[in-house]
Amino acid sequence: MTVTAVPTKPWKASKRDRALDFSIFIVALLSSYLIVFLTPMKGKLAYFFCFFAAYAVLTSVFKGVQRGSAAAKDALVNSLVAIGAIVTIIPVSSIFFTILKNGLPGIRLGLFTHDMALATPTDPLSNGGLLHAITGTLTLMILSLIMSVPIGILTALYLTEIKGRFSGPIRFLVQAMSGVPSIVAGLFILSAILYPITKGYSGFMGALALSILMIPTIARTSEEVLKLIPNDLREAGTALGGTQWRTVAMIVLPAARSGLVTATILGVARIAGETAPILLLTGGGDKVNPNAFNGPMGSLPYYIWKSFNAGSPEAITRAWAGLLVLVGLVLILFTSARFLASRKVSK
Amino acid sequence: MSTQELVIPAPREIHTQPRTSDKVFRGVVTAGGLSSLVILGLIALFLGYRGFEILRQEGFHFITSSDWSISTDDAGNVLESHFGLAAMLAGTILCSAIAVVIALPISVFSALFLNFYAPAWLKRILVTIIDMMAAFPSILFGIWGFLVLMPSVEYWAKLLHRYLGFIPIFDMQVPVFSRSPFVAGVVLAIMIIPIITSVSREIFSQAPLDRIQAAYALGATRWAMIKAVVIPHGRSGVIGGAMLGLGRAMGETVAVFTVLNIVFQVNWQMLLGAGGNVASLIILKFGDASPYEIKALMAAGLILFLLTLVVNAIANLIVKTTGKSGR
Repeated sequence: MTVTAVPTKPWKASKRDRALDFSIFIVALLSSYLIVFLTPMKGKLAYFFCFFAAYAVLTSVFKGVQRGSAAAKDALVNSLVAIGAIVTIIPVSSIFFTILKNGLPGIRLGLFTHDMALATPTDPLSNGGLLHAITGTLTLMILSLIMSVPIGILTALYLTEIKGRFSGPIRFLVQAMSGVPSIVAGLFILSAILYPITKGYSGFMGALALSILMIPTIARTSEEVLKLIPNDLREAGTALGGTQWRTVAMIVLPAARSGLVTATILGVARIAGETAPILLLTGGGDKVNPNAFNGPMGSLPYYIWKSFNAGSPEAITRAWAGLLVLVGLVLILFTSARFLASRKVSK
Repeated sequence: MSTQELVIPAPREIHTQPRTSDKVFRGVVTAGGLSSLVILGLIALFLGYRGFEILRQEGFHFITSSDWSISTDDAGNVLESHFGLAAMLAGTILCSAIAVVIALPISVFSALFLNFYAPAWLKRILVTIIDMMAAFPSILFGIWGFLVLMPSVEYWAKLLHRYLGFIPIFDMQVPVFSRSPFVAGVVLAIMIIPIITSVSREIFSQAPLDRIQAAYALGATRWAMIKAVVIPHGRSGVIGGAMLGLGRAMGETVAVFTVLNIVFQVNWQMLLGAGGNVASLIILKFGDASPYEIKALMAAGLILFLLTLVVNAIANLIVKTTGKSGR
């Protein structure tokens, strides 16, 4: 008779352990109902927190009895860490749920073919639309792209290719610039350009403020991307007799292309929903305005703001529909940036 | 048959001078690189220039008094004006402090979860969601906070007041719970969780692997390992991340404006429905401000700019030094 050794896995949870875990779960669930029933607390979140508190206490007491105080602390932190992750996710799921619930009733085809020139936010939903807001937001995006992409990428090139005397301070300043509140960028354009020079609201003013907010995002992401380009490529370019300019223009930048596109898209996603500078600078017209340099220009954040402040149920639905479109836009930008970024790694 | 003349090429002159194209390239890139300096300088300069008159007239009262009034005669000339930011500054600090106090433990726990507890697939999904949350527009947080979150937060505030009312900051005389600094703080906390989480996650993932494995080899539980290796390594980095979040919370405008009731009176009772916020003040007063009042708003903007700049600078220094030292 031969004896085959059966591999033992002493660390694996036995049936008894699983049964105990499950019973702790049930007891925690029951006690959460009991606590909510006996105290004046109410609502889904109360159940949730009581359940987690009960579960954390029960598991840690149980582990403590079974294996001592170190295991008890470990079990307690296990529960805390899980709560941390879940609490982080709750707002996002709630936001998604409410946007879809409140925004979808306001979405219809006419929304994308009409502007608000002949309608007010409190009108029935069949009147008007957000064509002017979509075209305005796209115009603002394109204008601020044109201004901020060159500056952002030049800054990144200075930090990675030239590595001059000012690299340290400039890296620091770019970081500092990414913390400039959006309203301050708006006030700056207001004080430096709108009041002394143009004296009128226009889309271009908004785009100027947005590009101030966009430059640091583009510069920082591009710097990360350019750092990933292997130095061998640069040395190969120089060894073949290329000047630094030719090496950067023909080797480094093409190699980093998809990363730079990612940086740009992240920059656009950052400013797509900026509201404060838009409120100060663009004037928020209700009509499609193809001229970005003259006259007030509508945009999605302004439309949402205006509808939300109008306050009637129709206006609030309009605001949610606008938010749905805006968030959809941001998500499309965000997903494409991530998609490009993941392709870059695989290459 | 003609003999081909032998051409001996003259040796190329070798020099280390950069060519003209390179000089131009370096010039252009350096100019682009210095733009951030120029922009930041111009912001301070122009806001200071516009607000100078107010700052000189009010002096220190601009940040110590909380009276914001302006009286004009029929022709629109300014008779008397008082501009003080004390209530707004106190409110800004209160709201963002609440936000950081709420967001910091949640973010640190979820960063620990992402690095040391979550399986790889869950980690990937959660990181995507958290990054996405950072890209949400602030007006979305504002409207969601006002319509969805505020009722529940008011309810929590009532519980806090009822059971912890003996602590001075939870105390209040008039039971007005809506649009309080606490509500604004919760909304801001949700907005800065992604920032603090991603900074902490980055710092925690740099914790030395050999020490982590050494701790496990000595029989440490996961928590004991985290306490002995990860937290000492990442402590100051997490503080830096929290300060980055603080800077963001201080400059947030629209989200705070939608959920906060702005009152020109210094109020440190966080549950009472009266607060202040410099950025929201600018939006509130901008709509019907006279050119004279705009100057005061510019000065307020300058104060806000300097405040966030200092907070961010300190935060970046802390994050940078921890990232480098690696312990």
